[in-house]
Amino acid sequence: MSKRKLRILIAKPGLDGHDRGAKYVARALKDEGYEVIYTGIRQTPESIVRTALQEDVDFVGLSLLSGAHNELFPRIVDLLRENDAADIIVFGGGVIPEEDIPFLKEKGVRAVFTPGTPIQEIVDFIESKRDERNQ
Amino acid sequence: MTELARDIIGGKIRAIARGISLVENNIKGREELIDALFPHTGKAQVWGITGPPGAGKSTLADLLISCERDRGRKVAVVAVDPSSPFTGGALLGDRLRMQSHAEDDGVFIRSMASRGHLGGVSGATLDAVKVLDAAGFDTIIVETIGVGQTEVDIIELTDLVLLVLVPGMGDEIQAMKAGVMEIGDIFVINKSDKEGAEKLRTEVEYVLGFKYAGEKEKMNPVCLVSAKMKKGLDHLRNEMERLYGQLEESGELREKRKERIRKELLRIFSLKIHELLDRKMDFYNNVGEWAEMIYNKDVKPYHFINERLRFFLKKESE
Repeated sequence: MSKRKLRILIAKPGLDGHDRGAKYVARALKDEGYEVIYTGIRQTPESIVRTALQEDVDFVGLSLLSGAHNELFPRIVDLLRENDAADIIVFGGGVIPEEDIPFLKEKGVRAVFTPGTPIQEIVDFIESKRDERNQ
Repeated sequence: MTELARDIIGGKIRAIARGISLVENNIKGREELIDALFPHTGKAQVWGITGPPGAGKSTLADLLISCERDRGRKVAVVAVDPSSPFTGGALLGDRLRMQSHAEDDGVFIRSMASRGHLGGVSGATLDAVKVLDAAGFDTIIVETIGVGQTEVDIIELTDLVLLVLVPGMGDEIQAMKAGVMEIGDIFVINKSDKEGAEKLRTEVEYVLGFKYAGEKEKMNPVCLVSAKMKKGLDHLRNEMERLYGQLEESGELREKRKERIRKELLRIFSLKIHELLDRKMDFYNNVGEWAEMIYNKDVKPYHFINERLRFFLKKESE
């Protein structure tokens, strides 16, 4: 029996247009055998959450380089919760100062990957959550 | 009826999304779910959009969503993109062009990977359409992967197919070939702002002219559109409505849908027979050994399989 295909939404909230990182991760995760949904830049938290629900994803990966992560990442976690979708796992990446990471994790962002992270680290994180997603 | 089926019929977003995953992953409960939803299907208009990669299918879908919303109709989209034949992964990027509708309650967009299916859609697309139909969407748009010349499955799951073409892809001989060029109910020539669009229209009409010589009124509409400049859409939408009305009135729509069911029954039947035979003959566990025997020329392929089947049938009748 082959493993269930995990679905991952890679989304860019906020106003910055730097999508190279998001595109890199989306492509790399495709090459790792995941189904990746990519929605482009400047998405509102509401549209990201609706997309996650409609696409029935297992993970939402957020990329942000504008500095608004402390507002936008937790807002997306909260919106998922309000929509009865707290089970969807949120992770983040981009230019995130080390000192902000504990706060984001406390707010429900399960992992934060800063620039230079090898893709294998993200894959390991995803695979470590496979059992949780299959429940 | 299960809670999931009830929630899908009630139009709950998460239930609809989960129902589609369930049919897509072919997990336990798929058959029961489809049977439970079936009495609630058949109300939606189902449109197909197909054409080569980069022709503007998603952008056109985005504009058609707007047209339908203006008329107060609820719209769902199933957008199929290819899975990698090497890793099985997929980058699903069609909805990028439709994200302006992401916050609209009356719009539901779902990306699907083709998962090895070769006809331009995925093996679960037909059932995904049933889920969306039962959930109460008035219009369902199925967007295929970017097709070449032979991916024609879309005609078997939709009422009306838009074939999107763009200028610069060859001469009229291309338009005369078998395959994709034969499945369009409406030919949409997109990027009409580009050079060569008028020429392409003339070529397509020229080729259609052979098919409908003497009965020009039956000829498929050919519509020039610029999705980028939002030009030609009203004309296209009117042609779609006219053609759909014609299909309904002439009884062709009914026949199309019956044909769809015939094909589906055949597919389910073949699958079940296949499963049954495999259970009895244990094909997949034995095939390695059998291949070895045939490789060594101990037995001949047709003779061998015929013998196995005879053996099985005899055992059954005893």
